[in-house]
Amino acid sequence: MKSITPPSNNKGLYIGVLFRNQYDNDICTWSPQGRIHQIEYALEAVKQGSAAVGLRSKTHAILLVLKRSSGDLSSYQKKIIKIDDHIGIAIAGLTSDARVLSNFMRTQAMRSKMLFNRPLPVYRIVSAIGDKAQTNTQHYGGRPYGVGLLIVGYDEKGPHLYEFAPSGNFFEYYAMSIGARSQSAKTYLEKHYESFADATLDELVRHGLHALRDTLQQDKEIDTQNCSVGVVGEDQKFETIEGDRLQRYLDLLDGGDTGQGGETVESMDTE
Amino acid sequence: MEWNFDPFSNNSFNHYGNNPINASHSAGGIIQRTQSPKVWGGTTLGVVYQDGVMLAADTLGSWGQLARYRKEERLYPVGNFTAIAYAGDMSDFQYTKHMLDSLMIKEYYINDDHVLSTPHVYEYLSRVMYHRRTKMDPLWNTFIVGGYNNGERFLGYVDLLGTTYQSSAISTGLGAYYAQPILRKAVEGREGLLTEAEAIELLNSCMRVLFYRDCKVINSIQRAKVTAAGVEITEPYSVSSEWGFGEGVRGFGSQKQ
Repeated sequence: MKSITPPSNNKGLYIGVLFRNQYDNDICTWSPQGRIHQIEYALEAVKQGSAAVGLRSKTHAILLVLKRSSGDLSSYQKKIIKIDDHIGIAIAGLTSDARVLSNFMRTQAMRSKMLFNRPLPVYRIVSAIGDKAQTNTQHYGGRPYGVGLLIVGYDEKGPHLYEFAPSGNFFEYYAMSIGARSQSAKTYLEKHYESFADATLDELVRHGLHALRDTLQQDKEIDTQNCSVGVVGEDQKFETIEGDRLQRYLDLLDGGDTGQGGETVESMDTE
Repeated sequence: MEWNFDPFSNNSFNHYGNNPINASHSAGGIIQRTQSPKVWGGTTLGVVYQDGVMLAADTLGSWGQLARYRKEERLYPVGNFTAIAYAGDMSDFQYTKHMLDSLMIKEYYINDDHVLSTPHVYEYLSRVMYHRRTKMDPLWNTFIVGGYNNGERFLGYVDLLGTTYQSSAISTGLGAYYAQPILRKAVEGREGLLTEAEAIELLNSCMRVLFYRDCKVINSIQRAKVTAAGVEITEPYSVSSEWGFGEGVRGFGSQKQ
């Protein structure tokens, strides 16, 4: 019988057990494959949060979110934050990071009002947090934000929808979804986005709710409690619609469950 | 360092002195910042008319009673659809010009098609003016800001205290007494009716009155008009004036009594 010899150098084994990856210990280290793992982990944190959907027409830009509660005794975590009369955000990921960012965005919006009497152009507020987030990916000892945002706004150039990611990347979209199982919503949006431009507000909300419903787990349904809608548009200040006021929009939904089953990602501190 | 320092002696400098008279600026001592204007621009006029707004000013920079600079341009474009006219200190205006130019360049390079329109420039300027008066270091100017953006006419006033108001006829300096009633009578209630020719004639006649009455106005004036086509500032020109009546006035000119 052949005896099994232990590895002559058990240091390699030790490192292998303690660290999953040699190159993901801080934000400043590249992996030989040309990746910065900490940034990619931050992007993963966004996917732990429940889904948020955004879309826009020629006149409006809207947000729809699925809210979580930690139990029957708890309230649902707020996911839509008003920044100014013309800008609002939906969040997916670490709520506390979102509060830091929204605080900053509100300050920027107030500054523009105070200095120029001008509602801040949406692009500028998004690029401001983009710069802020990028800085966090470049300095040793820091960490990226663990939250993704959908930003809707209405300015002189019409309605806008942006996605912001912890990497500092941001893009403008016709329609977008972030958060857990958001790929299902994206599939719906990709199928229907060409009809969004000329849609009425009601049609837009209906499309949004359908997309959001596709992110649900098999046995769940959206209702007035676990869902919020944010609306901004031409001659319409940003406003969050939730609770009983949402029923009118839920009634617009087609019957039947379009949600597909699948694995669920649950986490206590991400929303 | 002397450690046996006598605080009641007058003989040496007190290193530990806390008398604010001796303290440097950075230590929070008394500093005199309020300025007095040196080279001064006088009257400016602004009216709203059919196609936009029109501003007028003479080209004199006075140094006390001396007509020191006779070709000083006191109208200035800010961006494509805004013009400002200043009265007051010339150097403070040069500073303001530089400040606004820098702002417009910064905005331009953001490159997102958003442009500061006249109300935005006006708000910014008034914030700066109020800020400086709060520092007890005012920019010693009175500005008239005029512009035309997306079919909207804009005419506003802001001074060294940060005081603001908007009106369809604005004037500064002695013009506020001599020209303001004439402007109001011609413009108010007729903003959309006043033609360009009428507006030019109105400003010319007001400048003529001021040339006759205000000894710090010279007969070299400029007009700025802001319309949908942009800002247009004229070269300095003169208005007709009549001094023939002087022949019969005792004490006129160099004649003896």
